[in-house]
Amino acid sequence: MPARFDASFSALSVATRRGILEQLGRADASISELAGRFRMSLTGMKKHVSVLEHAGLVTSEKVGRVRTCRLGLGRMEEEAAWMAEYRRLWDARFQGLDRLVEELKLKEKGHGRKKGG
Amino acid sequence: MDAKRGDEPGFQEGRTTVERTTDRELVTTRSFNGPARLVYEAWTRPELLKRWWAPKSTGLVLRACDADVRVGGGYRFEFSHPASPQPMVFFGRYLEVVPHARLVWTNDESGDGPVTTVSFEEKGGRTLVVMREVFPSAEALVRAAAGMEGTEGGMPESFSQLDGLLPSLRGNAG
Repeated sequence: MPARFDASFSALSVATRRGILEQLGRADASISELAGRFRMSLTGMKKHVSVLEHAGLVTSEKVGRVRTCRLGLGRMEEEAAWMAEYRRLWDARFQGLDRLVEELKLKEKGHGRKKGG
Repeated sequence: MDAKRGDEPGFQEGRTTVERTTDRELVTTRSFNGPARLVYEAWTRPELLKRWWAPKSTGLVLRACDADVRVGGGYRFEFSHPASPQPMVFFGRYLEVVPHARLVWTNDESGDGPVTTVSFEEKGGRTLVVMREVFPSAEALVRAAAGMEGTEGGMPESFSQLDGLLPSLRGNAG
């Protein structure tokens, strides 16, 4: 690989790989679709995808001449785990809110009774 | 999530659901046994917010809780936790305030935090709360989620700190 290519590759790599993950989050895509979208050579895109595959963030499958990429299990597990934690935080908050609403209701009733009686 | 749903999805008692509806939106729902007026008060009066925003089971302590709930007004929540040397600060401002019905606020502690919309819908004495968090991009959501690019006192940082705390919620979640 020429040195110049390597330099530009590493400079662009982080932003591009993030973009690839974002893109695959929307829909699966072939290497050539990704290359087109990021205005990149097939070779360059293959290299990015192989780095992402190595990290478990992307998987790809070749059917005929087309290699289709999708988000890897690593990425999905990460997302599922974060969603579960997010839900746990809000569920804990909402349990507290539930108790507070019950308390506010009782308080109102109490005041109502005082006023009525 | 569950095959058995009431005719009004989300009104099911005491159940928190979270769904990633688009690549940059999270929607959380929960219904409460009380009128929208009271649920809204609990979201807008600082002395009431304090009572539930930092659940004990998380170990979080709400050090400061200011909320000037009117359009353009600001809020600031400061948490501490024994495991965190730095306090975690969340702040933003209210974009929409419709009493007993709807709140919209920004999350400004990180450069690309979501806009949060909470609606309160009352039906038969119960209130359905729907909270939508819309991030400026799918990337921003992923970043918040993964705790990548932590900024000091910022949301991603806070979430990565929360990551370590949240397993303790497991026992209380059910």
